[in-house]
Amino acid sequence: MIASDWVAWATVIAAGLVTLAARASFIVMPPGTRVPAWLQRALKFVAAAVLPALVLPEVLFREVPTGDSVNILRLIAALLAMAVAWKTRNILVTLCVGMAALWLLQWQFLIR
Amino acid sequence: MRDQLPAVVSLLPFGMITGAASTAAGMDPWLAMGMSIIVYAGASQLAAIALMAQHTPVAIVVLTVLVVNLRMTMYSAALAANFREAPVMRKWLISYLLTDHGFALIMAKFKPGSTALHRDMYYLGAASIMWLSWQMMVAIGIFAGTLVPVTLSLDFAIPLVFLALVMPALQSRAHWSAAIIAASAAAFTTAMPLKLGLITAALIGVAVGSWLDARDERIKRASRAAA
Repeated sequence: MIASDWVAWATVIAAGLVTLAARASFIVMPPGTRVPAWLQRALKFVAAAVLPALVLPEVLFREVPTGDSVNILRLIAALLAMAVAWKTRNILVTLCVGMAALWLLQWQFLIR
Repeated sequence: MRDQLPAVVSLLPFGMITGAASTAAGMDPWLAMGMSIIVYAGASQLAAIALMAQHTPVAIVVLTVLVVNLRMTMYSAALAANFREAPVMRKWLISYLLTDHGFALIMAKFKPGSTALHRDMYYLGAASIMWLSWQMMVAIGIFAGTLVPVTLSLDFAIPLVFLALVMPALQSRAHWSAAIIAASAAAFTTAMPLKLGLITAALIGVAVGSWLDARDERIKRASRAAA
């Protein structure tokens, strides 16, 4: 349950401001502003680090069957989706293949 | 406008999932819609919803959103030259509308010969359509959220979208290392207090990626000097 009080709204507005700052950073920067080389280098790796860090715990630790330590079916479906994403570079195809794989695996190994 | 059809279509399930996730977390529909308009970045909205539902301190929620959205600075840097001549207010509007999907589309379609005004208008047109589609899908998700049965495991769509977004970014050994290390670190730090695991994992990944990248660059420069 998330209370809809002023704290929640302040959180949302602060989140919006930091997001806008990230988006605007280089676009509104006056031309000729120097950005340190280490920072430029670090920014190149933000997407590559953050997105997988969001993905793996979601895959491993959701709806874990009783008695298991990780959700192996989700892991298999995710690895398959990864291969599809690598080949097709298409979000929609990746989404469809991944969901279909998970449903098929769950139907095979959980329901029966 | 036909250029954007595939990008918009792939946004639709992501928007619905984000809306449905806010309803599932017991979020007020107005707060959920307000967040979608104010933040307008799906991955970070999902992260924020999950943290807010667990009563995480405000500072941690905002810091997590910042870390998740720091990748926008890369897009900002890549696009900055195209919008150098735009008026300041338009630059802020352009920034607000910047997304993963929008960036991918714009980079593919911008032609070097076009005028600055033409580029601005093309971008703003495409980005507005994406904005509108996104907000509509979030609204549908908010109201349909309670109707979706849990047994369908639809939350799995979230990591799938992230996987699809990250694969094109893995262009080198350093990128792959950053991804694998950050993911492993995230899996081992889920028990960290105050949900700081994601931030820690991301920082470790970025540090490893930067270090390998700097090393590869040094080696390349040395071998060029030797040749």
